[in-house]
Amino acid sequence: MSVTATKSRYQSAEFADRLRRRYAAERRFRLAGMAAVGIASLMLVVLLGSIVGKGYTAFWQTQIRLEVTFDKAQVEEGNTMPLLRQALYAVVPEVTDRAGRRSLNELLSSGAPYQLEAMVKANPALVGTKQTVWVLADDEVDQFMKGFIRRDVPESERRLNDIKIGALDKLAAAGAVKSAFNTTLFTAGDSREPEQAGIWGAIVGSFLTLTVTMLLSVPIGVAAAVYLEEFAPKNRWTDLIEVNINNLAAVPSIIFGLLGLAVFLGFFGMPRSAPLVGGLVMALMTLPVIIIASRVALKAVPPSIREAALGVGASPLQTVAHHVLPLAMPGILTGTIIGMARALGETAPLLMIGMVAFIVDIPHGLTDSATALPVQIYMWADSPERAFTERTSAAILVLLAFLILMNGLAVFLRKKFERRW
Amino acid sequence: MSVQTQYPTASVPPRAETQVRAGGPGVKMVARDVKVYYGAKQALKGIDLDIQENRVMALIGPSGCGKSTFLRCLNRMNDTIENCRVEGLIALDGEDVYGRTIDAVQLRARVGMVFQKPNPFPKSIYDNIAYGPRIHGIATHRDEMDEIVQTSLERAGLWNEVKDRLREPGTGLSGGQQQRLCIARAIAVSPEVILMDEPCSALDPIATAHIEELIDELRENYTIVIVTHNMQQAARVSQKTAFFHLGEMVECDDTEEIFTNPRDERTQGYITGRYG
Ligand SMILES: Nc1ncnc2c1ncn2[C@@H]1O[C@H](COP(=O)(O)OP(=O)(O)OP(=O)(O)O)[C@@H](O)[C@H]1O
Ligand SMILES: [Mg+2]
Repeated sequence: MSVTATKSRYQSAEFADRLRRRYAAERRFRLAGMAAVGIASLMLVVLLGSIVGKGYTAFWQTQIRLEVTFDKAQVEEGNTMPLLRQALYAVVPEVTDRAGRRSLNELLSSGAPYQLEAMVKANPALVGTKQTVWVLADDEVDQFMKGFIRRDVPESERRLNDIKIGALDKLAAAGAVKSAFNTTLFTAGDSREPEQAGIWGAIVGSFLTLTVTMLLSVPIGVAAAVYLEEFAPKNRWTDLIEVNINNLAAVPSIIFGLLGLAVFLGFFGMPRSAPLVGGLVMALMTLPVIIIASRVALKAVPPSIREAALGVGASPLQTVAHHVLPLAMPGILTGTIIGMARALGETAPLLMIGMVAFIVDIPHGLTDSATALPVQIYMWADSPERAFTERTSAAILVLLAFLILMNGLAVFLRKKFERRW
Repeated sequence: MSVQTQYPTASVPPRAETQVRAGGPGVKMVARDVKVYYGAKQALKGIDLDIQENRVMALIGPSGCGKSTFLRCLNRMNDTIENCRVEGLIALDGEDVYGRTIDAVQLRARVGMVFQKPNPFPKSIYDNIAYGPRIHGIATHRDEMDEIVQTSLERAGLWNEVKDRLREPGTGLSGGQQQRLCIARAIAVSPEVILMDEPCSALDPIATAHIEELIDELRENYTIVIVTHNMQQAARVSQKTAFFHLGEMVECDDTEEIFTNPRDERTQGYITGRYG
């Protein structure tokens, strides 16, 4: 009797209708989800596309070929610019007036003489000979060659005058203009001249800063997490500490910068713009992230493992060191690397402690003046030159590459450790 | 997880020496007036129990009556539970296990434990067994360790099944094999007493029979306390049975006596299946 009753209920038209509505709701939900993923992907593609589109040209740089006579007197005086200029005038002998020649001078990068000096230093036998040399072009020449300065606008509104364009055309026709991989970008420090500016100084600064951050925040953070999770009694004090750690993780990073300014620079008198201070500030900022991630990872280790270890007579410390910590390691590593990646991308606190200065030299130590990659991006983004705009995007690409690398490492390590355990 | 140690020094007037005499010869562990509180809630209301050497003692009783709690007192596993408080006296060979002469870590090496759910370390089978001897410095050479691993696995009746895969993870074994691995792990540190909390509850009848046989063999060298919900199992493996009810130890006697001629009607009700 009851069987027929339920049977008829689930076979009724009303039930079929209800079922249809359920499936419709599910379909709508899936569509909404797919739309959300689609929109997110689209935005990511637009963002990446615009950065790549703006930045990829910065990885190439225009060079000009000149027949340079390494005059002994001039080389010894360290005054090699005139040698380059003579070589250039020889290419366009028709330009003889002073204004015209000044225009020609501007085709070459002000850093070109350093190239000659480096050549002589590497091979002193060059002095007194005539050599074919590829030297850096000025950034505006570079922009022109890349098509960002158009020749069809009137000369008065153009960044390159007719004399320069004429000379370039002549050089190009002779095959004396080429676009080469921009090694300067990866080997030089900052510069006022875009064609001589690079991100190596900023990368080294970031590396030094992150080293300090990691050396401080990882051991302290993991130790704190282990103590809080495995040893500390649960009482009002540890609750208070826990709440505060969670709050610290949400504090805006600029506040940590202000703290660093007041404490490390103001009170302890540490040097400004130093990776040491940057690292300290970042360590403060990263600590709560690492502590929270580590605690979550420790919490996820099943209590049965602890009981098993204690059950065979392991001390609490042995239990943690031999069993709990290794099992929590993938999670701790992931949290750490994500914290580090966040520190790598962080700008605001570094601004507060003076790592925003214009620094040409590559830093060699923790107390040298330095800047960091995101700060370099911030500074270049502020520069008016078209050439710096493309370098900004290029630097962003490099930063993104590092971030992807770090996150990839996190995923890789997690996978690897998970398999082992 | 904090490790809080309670030393019920003043609260229990008669000390270990007198208690052991009360326990008589051949008594491995004694419990006198053991009370356990989880916060304000009392889980054990004064347990008195003698555990005889080289015997199997079964603890039976309805769910929540405090069998596991009592078992965990015997090797101070309750230390790891926040706000768990133990009062009364528990002695091993006449020494107060909550006293100052025995350290909790040392105690757990002497009183091993096998848990309800098999919990092998996520390491190789070999390392599962070798871990205990290693931290206690029992084996100094590789050969010695190999021998300990082999004999432990043999005694646990697992050697033939795993001898060719000692390097494979212990978590890759079947449930019954894992439980025998855990027993081997407990044996490897040569404890004097082995506590087992429902060791067969996750196993099929064949694996259960295996482990019951094993328990019977282990009795020669060890003192065993086993918690079980299976009356037949208690009857098969134990010589003594204690019936717990609502935090009290109602009755403890020879197993045969308990099952054929229980004195308390609560015991009778439980073993005949009227409640539980
Ligand atoms: N960690 C704990 N915190 C608070 N109360 C607990 C805790 N562990 C056990 N208890 C309580 O103590 C009492 C005894 O629990 P115990 O685990 O010893 O029972 P048991 O006899 O082993 O039951 P079962 O046969 O179901 O395993 C129960 O009422 C239980 O709720
Ligand atoms: Mg239990």
